[in-house]
Amino acid sequence: MKVLVAVKRVVDYNVKVRVKADGTGVETANVKMSMNPFDEIGVEEAVRLKEAGKATEVIAVSLGPTQCQETIRTALAMGADRGIHVQTDVELQPLAVAKLLKAVVDKEQPQICILGKQAIDDDANQTGQMLAALAGWPQATFASKLVINDDGSANVTREVDGGLETVTVKMPFVLTTDLRLNEPRYASLPNIMKAKKKPIDTLTPEQLGVDAAPRLKTLKVAEPAKRQAGIKVKSVAELVDKLRNEAKVI
Amino acid sequence: MAFDFSQTDEQRMLVETVRQFIEKEIFPHEREVDRAGEMPVDLARQIKARAKEVGLYAANMPEEVGGGGLDVMSQMLMERELGKCNWALQKFVGRPSAILMASRDEQIEKYLLPTVRGEKMEAFALTEPGAGSDAMSISTRAEADGDDYVLNGGKHFISGIGLPDFAIVFTVTGIDETKRGPRKRVTAFLVDRDTPGFSIRRGPRCVSYRAYDNYELFFDNVRLNKRQILGEEGKGFVLANEWLTGGRVMVAANCCGKAERAMELATDWAATRKQFGQTIGKFQGTSFKLADMATELRAADTLVAYTCWKLEQGTMTDADAAMAKLFASEMLGRVTDQAIQIFGGMGLMDELPLEMMWRDARIERIWEGTSEIQRHIISRDMLRAKEQ
Repeated sequence: MKVLVAVKRVVDYNVKVRVKADGTGVETANVKMSMNPFDEIGVEEAVRLKEAGKATEVIAVSLGPTQCQETIRTALAMGADRGIHVQTDVELQPLAVAKLLKAVVDKEQPQICILGKQAIDDDANQTGQMLAALAGWPQATFASKLVINDDGSANVTREVDGGLETVTVKMPFVLTTDLRLNEPRYASLPNIMKAKKKPIDTLTPEQLGVDAAPRLKTLKVAEPAKRQAGIKVKSVAELVDKLRNEAKVI
Repeated sequence: MAFDFSQTDEQRMLVETVRQFIEKEIFPHEREVDRAGEMPVDLARQIKARAKEVGLYAANMPEEVGGGGLDVMSQMLMERELGKCNWALQKFVGRPSAILMASRDEQIEKYLLPTVRGEKMEAFALTEPGAGSDAMSISTRAEADGDDYVLNGGKHFISGIGLPDFAIVFTVTGIDETKRGPRKRVTAFLVDRDTPGFSIRRGPRCVSYRAYDNYELFFDNVRLNKRQILGEEGKGFVLANEWLTGGRVMVAANCCGKAERAMELATDWAATRKQFGQTIGKFQGTSFKLADMATELRAADTLVAYTCWKLEQGTMTDADAAMAKLFASEMLGRVTDQAIQIFGGMGLMDELPLEMMWRDARIERIWEGTSEIQRHIISRDMLRAKEQ
């Protein structure tokens, strides 16, 4: 069973994000970039499936500029077997990513495609769902537990409002990871060295027959408004008065 | 050959792994260990086991003896990250002394390989109460007696943690008459801890790296076979120079990591602490300190990288290594001191790691050759070139 894991190169979670002076986006020049943390969880889950003898091959795929190969290399050092890089300098939006991944899925025929539930840069939370729709596959999103059954199905525990929901999906399916699915390992030194020798194939959207051009137009990116300082009230009566007359919420 | 200090993919991932390792396995315990002045045995075992799992243990040693086989630049990057944490804890991400590579015959099975596997820990025993910077004045002697040597004397300030399993002991085995007068024949021996007549005790508490021990070693008619000699008889210092000069560059890298951590703490504080209605980073008295720290750290990092590059090319001199160690350790002293100044009173409180880093920084200008010895090594080369 092949498992395909999508890994996105994003601004490192430790970096304080800054909006570009011209308001067209987020500053990424000279900023530390890393693998999207939800995707790390995805790689970890895939590698665990392989270690448990459930998966035979783990393929890490990343889409975007040349530097995405660093992200793929990190996935290979965590234990993925090979990488696919779809190279493009076009700004990739969720629908384009889903279409490109669908083309890769058609080529590789994995039984499970694992994605992060969202990327920490744009927090779109769309790609996994769109991919499932395009491929006509079942989807199990926000997964906090994955159990592969012998009959070619899987039980996935999902984190939903107010609790946990367990769904059964038939392979092939799309899984998106939530935080509590696992705790990703860090690459060991021997695996870092082995990763050097693992292959990364490079493809282009044209080769995959996908038009990756953006469909959405970003009008403006701005920092959130600064929070106003709070005030202290002297009595409950004053609080009620302010809530009623100033905030007008009661 | 042109030098290129950009990191390879492997180096970038190595740094990331060491960083995560420190954050998960070491930082959470650092304050408690420092306050107690004691490294709990279970914690030591746990860090060691994790370091082995991740392949960081003995990463500095060549692959043919079971080590990680890191190149010099990668070792330096790893050392720089490890420098961010206390020696008492980073010691258990073992980096066996490179001098053990001089092991031969049964020494390989008995000392080198178990040390690389983390089953044994060594102590490097050169310093004596009467022989600090003046290493040639050591008086511990080993007198030949047939195929044996009989060892008498003592060592102190022998760094380690948890009793070492064996010590690499530098001794005097004779005197040669040379044109410049009598010269001691110095020989290194591998001495097992349980050898009759060999005793070890803990030395006084140290203000730097509180939980990291220093030992006093005593030798009372310790009988050693000549097979215990590491390298050749009379070639102890040649051996030490061959294997250990690179160690000074690694101390320098360790200092750079520590300085970076202190600078980050000070920068965070300057960007958030408010006085007189604004963050203190807005005052030049603070911001210029930060600028100086960053510039000095960059200079030290570049010097260390350049020295590593020379080491890799096989062109590094003693003076090169001395410059890196001198500058990086003194830079660390200034950076930790200024970081405390930016924090003000809070910097001295033991709730924050800064006071510990400030104390720890002090030893870096002393061990592995004091700053004065480094300056001596550097200037000696300069003067020799001009002397008639």
